[in-house]
Amino acid sequence: MTTGFESADIDHAAASTPDMAQQPPRGGGAGRWLGLTMRGRAVSALETVALYAVCITAAMLLSALLVEATGGDAGAVFSALREGAFGGPGRIGATIGVAVPLLVVALGTIIATRAGLVNIGQEGQLFIGAAFAAYVGTKLGASGPLVVAALLLASAVGGALWAGIASVLKYRRNVPEVLTTLLLVTVATQLVGFGLKNQWLLLAPAEGRANRQQLSKQLPDDTRIPRVTWFGNEFPTSVVFALALATVIAFALARTVWGFRLRMLGHNERTAQRAGVAARRHGGRALLLSGAFAGLAGGLMLAGGDFGNYTLVPGFPAEIGWTGLLVALVARQRVAAAVIVAVVFAGLRTGSGFLAATGVERRITDVVQGLLVLALLIPPALLFLRQRRRALAAREDRT
Amino acid sequence: MAADDPTPVSSTPAGAGPSGPTPARAVVRLDGITKRYGPVVACDGVDLELRPGKIHGVLGENGAGKSTLMKIMIGLVVPDAGTISIGGTRRVLRDPIDAAHAGVGMVHQHFSLVEPLRVWENVALGDEGRLKPAEVRQRVAEISKRYGLDIDPDAVVGDLPVGMRQRVEIIKCLRRDPSILIFDEPTSVLTPAESEQLFDTLRQVVHDEGRTVALVSHKLDEILRATDEVTIMRHGCVVGHVDTADVDASELAEAMVGRRVSLRSERVALGVVDAAIEGSETPDTHPEQSPVVLGIVGLTVRSRDGRTLLDDFSIDVRAGEIVGVAGVEGNGQRPLADVLSSLLTATAGTVSVDGVGVTLGRAGAMAAGGVGVIPEDRHDSGIVLDMTVAENLALVDIGDLARGGVIDRRAMRRQAETLIDEFEISCAGPDAPLFSLSGGNQQRVVLARELSHAPRVLVAAQPTRGLDVGAIEYMTGRLRRAAEDGVGILLISSELEEILDLSHRIVVISDGRIIGEMPRAEADLTRIGLLMGGRAA
Repeated sequence: MTTGFESADIDHAAASTPDMAQQPPRGGGAGRWLGLTMRGRAVSALETVALYAVCITAAMLLSALLVEATGGDAGAVFSALREGAFGGPGRIGATIGVAVPLLVVALGTIIATRAGLVNIGQEGQLFIGAAFAAYVGTKLGASGPLVVAALLLASAVGGALWAGIASVLKYRRNVPEVLTTLLLVTVATQLVGFGLKNQWLLLAPAEGRANRQQLSKQLPDDTRIPRVTWFGNEFPTSVVFALALATVIAFALARTVWGFRLRMLGHNERTAQRAGVAARRHGGRALLLSGAFAGLAGGLMLAGGDFGNYTLVPGFPAEIGWTGLLVALVARQRVAAAVIVAVVFAGLRTGSGFLAATGVERRITDVVQGLLVLALLIPPALLFLRQRRRALAAREDRT
Repeated sequence: MAADDPTPVSSTPAGAGPSGPTPARAVVRLDGITKRYGPVVACDGVDLELRPGKIHGVLGENGAGKSTLMKIMIGLVVPDAGTISIGGTRRVLRDPIDAAHAGVGMVHQHFSLVEPLRVWENVALGDEGRLKPAEVRQRVAEISKRYGLDIDPDAVVGDLPVGMRQRVEIIKCLRRDPSILIFDEPTSVLTPAESEQLFDTLRQVVHDEGRTVALVSHKLDEILRATDEVTIMRHGCVVGHVDTADVDASELAEAMVGRRVSLRSERVALGVVDAAIEGSETPDTHPEQSPVVLGIVGLTVRSRDGRTLLDDFSIDVRAGEIVGVAGVEGNGQRPLADVLSSLLTATAGTVSVDGVGVTLGRAGAMAAGGVGVIPEDRHDSGIVLDMTVAENLALVDIGDLARGGVIDRRAMRRQAETLIDEFEISCAGPDAPLFSLSGGNQQRVVLARELSHAPRVLVAAQPTRGLDVGAIEYMTGRLRRAAEDGVGILLISSELEEILDLSHRIVVISDGRIIGEMPRAEADLTRIGLLMGGRAA
């Protein structure tokens, strides 16, 4: 008993905290902690906005520096982007046309992610969906609005089937879906390419196309999604459909037993199994549904008119699958946010169409676009990491 | 066993350690150690001094900060403030390698052994340079003989029982000849007899060789039996430091909990009284005549690599009866609870509830059949941390709270509010995320949910682990009440006191088999202890 800290003897220790006796153990601590998170939430909304502002500003500064250093005009580049996306006549319509499939792909991605699955093969599922749609729309000899409905349904089925391969491999053979969905993109590209080389599948008849061109017949005029023009902006009416889908999915995820079980599965598979949610059944279905959405996006692109002029061509998906995946990531799995993010990414894409006119070299404008996408991706990644760390810390001292 | 070893320490060549020169037998001093995790202060200005030749107990409830403190000493956690000095030199321990250089070794509660490898291979792991199997083997044999650990260097670790594996950890630790040894809750995996042997080894290490030992524990009797001095922690602070000889169990308990401990079950939970001697408080039911609610027949479970986890396990639980399953951890308790949670299927055997067979391994089948479970690790299969309290209370019966597939949120809230009230769950409300609750309150959420479905059977696996004393009292009270309401309870626990205090009937499990069964009245510690070690008695 030589050092000072030992002086607190037993009796003193017991007597010094009589107030602790009445209080439920650690209840006070938990309450304090909660108070902090509530305050933390308000702060984090502000922080999120600030984070985006900082990232986008940084990306624009870097871009400007790059453009100016290579002899271009940074101001012209940014105004071209703005004009191309939202400013110029009719450009808003073009942006909406791109945003529709992006949103639909993102919705499917959100469903898979909620169930704890990582589907990153939307590009392939979308291509297969578009191919199914093209087949139904051009090869069955029928036309009309009903065929539009049929080809959209077929596109969803096509996407679901393609994701279904990954689903079967995961739940029967334990092959991670991250790998299978990704690798199946390549297979899908080759498969559709094969279809576009054979007339009995998708290839258009020889008359009316250049000899070695690989493309499908164009959808007949009455087998297309109607387009409307508002204030000089022309876009497909499928935007209404996409927004309705978003509403339905948002509601289903938040309020239905299905959404509840999906979340349970995504967060804790063993607890879910004990409570009656089998991963094989519910997770398998979620993956199929996720693929169906990607496929449907392909159908909407084909019948909507903004991609490939109602014709299936090699390279038809135009990276909408990949970008839709990014949209879901940036929106951090929230449907409402996905709607906004889809428009932003669509704007970035349509805006870049105007960049060539600025005379700045293509490689440089590509870097500018890349920087802007990066600026949008960094904040959600940071927020995710911080949330993760907090949850881990909470777990640590609760055990 | 250590006592049987006639070799006096001084006769070993080169003095003290298993090899090499004698390291300085250093004093360890921690000054003002503080560590925060977010808003939670795990250690708050902790001072501690470990002296050579003494077994120093660190006593505290779960969450008092003992483990964090020990992790700091071994370099696994870097403190936010404070200093560590060893033998008078200030040290910064950034990782366990730093700590090993400083002469600190630790035997963890959870082992870090590679099961398919042999003992000597495990011991040699992490060595640098060329591997010399013969040398390592000989060293293992030497240490084993000297401390009476009875370990064969060539045994495969996976084949050893848990108690022996701990000895392998001890050898791993002693081989580096540490001057400071830290033991974190070492007896949780030991039978009573094995614990005694361990303490013998510790005494030898400390009194004969002048090493320093820190023994971290939440069990009073262990601290009283094995240590020379004791530091008591509560809520991250040191609240007392005494010579063990000067205190008794009641005083220690009060210092640890911070208030007078008068409830009997609290005293049992703390180990102030011995349930085996003072009788028990089994619920006042007479289940001999009641119908069997849980019937397990010939349950056999094999792991993927072909090891037998449960071997022809059969048991009946009657309505209103508490059957205690005693045994050293890792003898099949987990697979048993997993089967009863529909998490695991069996290679043979049946489970029936109220005489109706339940399909094994089908999602939700056990819950639907009337089996409630308080899992050993609630984070693993009891709760979803990222969902709200209300949602966690509705995990199993969400179908009943919905109309046409749409959740009736008001009904869910109502149910949650009722249960929060009834089970005194301390939280910000039904919408609070579950991770914001303390461990004890999370456990109450599990208990509330499982009991709210009027189960026929309740499986309680280590139900009081990690809880503080008040929460333990609440939990055991609830279990008793459930039994009085006619629920059949299977109490799986490695705390003998708990089993003796609650059960009508006790079975002992070893290597996945029931090797002994007795009514509470005929149970005695010696017999159960022998059985737990796998010996028929």
